[in-house]
Amino acid sequence: MAKQVFTLNVNGRDHELFTEPNQSLLEVVRDELRLTGAKEGCGTGDCGACTMVVDGQTITSCLMLAPDAAGREIKTIEGLADGEQLHPLQQAFIDHGSVQCGFCIPGMILAGVALLERNPNPTREEIRTGIAGNLCRCTGYRKIVEAIESVAGS
Amino acid sequence: MRRFDYYRASSVDQAISLLDEHGEGGMLLAGGTDLLVQIKEAGLNPGYIVSLLEVDELQGLRTNRSGLRIGARTLMREVAGDAGVQSDYSALADGAGLVGSWQTRNMGTVGGNVANAAPSADTGPPLSVLGATVHIAGAGGTREVAIDDFWTGPGQTVLGASEVLTQITVTAPPANSGSFYERHTPRQIMDIAAVGTAVYVELDGDDNCTTARIALGAVAPTVMRAPNAEAAIAGGPIGEQTAAAAGAAAAAEATPISDQRGSAEFRRHLVEVMTTRSILRAAERAQG
Repeated sequence: MAKQVFTLNVNGRDHELFTEPNQSLLEVVRDELRLTGAKEGCGTGDCGACTMVVDGQTITSCLMLAPDAAGREIKTIEGLADGEQLHPLQQAFIDHGSVQCGFCIPGMILAGVALLERNPNPTREEIRTGIAGNLCRCTGYRKIVEAIESVAGS
Repeated sequence: MRRFDYYRASSVDQAISLLDEHGEGGMLLAGGTDLLVQIKEAGLNPGYIVSLLEVDELQGLRTNRSGLRIGARTLMREVAGDAGVQSDYSALADGAGLVGSWQTRNMGTVGGNVANAAPSADTGPPLSVLGATVHIAGAGGTREVAIDDFWTGPGQTVLGASEVLTQITVTAPPANSGSFYERHTPRQIMDIAAVGTAVYVELDGDDNCTTARIALGAVAPTVMRAPNAEAAIAGGPIGEQTAAAAGAAAAAEATPISDQRGSAEFRRHLVEVMTTRSILRAAERAQG
């Protein structure tokens, strides 16, 4: 099929795109919009490294066709901070040393923020299942869970 | 990803006419969590995709006194989190809540789960024991199919080439009923059921089981009912002994294969243990 024109609203800004419809949201956001915070780990929705927030809900952007995201509100990790002011969970990840290689962290933080919005005071078990769709191969998760726990209730 | 054409339908009628007009090779796209993985990894090569994203009539679920209606594009998160589903159609809330991760449940749909016809689908056994009806629309009109007749094999259903699964309905169960679904997965989360067991029971005033429906996932080419297990608990009180007898009957009638998620022998063992437990849990819910 010929390329299609559609508009993606990412982090509050409209971007007009002209791409083939078999591009995933992840590919378009990384390759066309040059927002490379979201990563491709598995490409099949298992690892969560490509997590974005669409219409207020976390999704795996490797499994969403870019044209299916047109007309919806998309947030990536680049849109989480308020200017230079980091989101409290971003700061908590720094303070707790939650980051090693960093590949999973953009998705992990967005999953953590979504969890805290659903459930401001999660138990440790709820935190673990809240981020169950986000794999981290470095940290063993402990410091990630502690960072999320530290901003719970605030 | 392989190349394909893409159309966005705005109504069920338009989806049907797009399929009709463009002919062979079309696939309907709902949440994408199965379809896009199959395109990327399993060699599925659709000529074109019809996205159901904007078909409003397929969205959302409703419960009322007569029953439950789920639009095919209703998300797993919406089903699992709905208070009416949790209280009256508990096995379905159990199943939808076990699918994938939060991200998966924010994308994956009930209609997609049913239409993909994986024998391991977590909403399959629950919808089977709840006696769900599948509503299908096509160029010639609409038709209804009992869910147990909808699946014909792994990935195979009675859906015609230009038909759309539009909704799933369930008649409201009586107050003295209960249902339960559980699954076994090698990993706790983000995995596919090695075995799933769903049980629905109705109890009379003396706690005798008047109706029993038991369905098994991932141990046959489709979700399967276990009639011998159902017969083993119907008509009398449900206790550990009768539940265990039904579990043994279910294990005998299951036809599992060996694959990376477990050997046939292991699966048979799981069917016995899990059916027994699921019967007791469903009965507890019926009494509660």
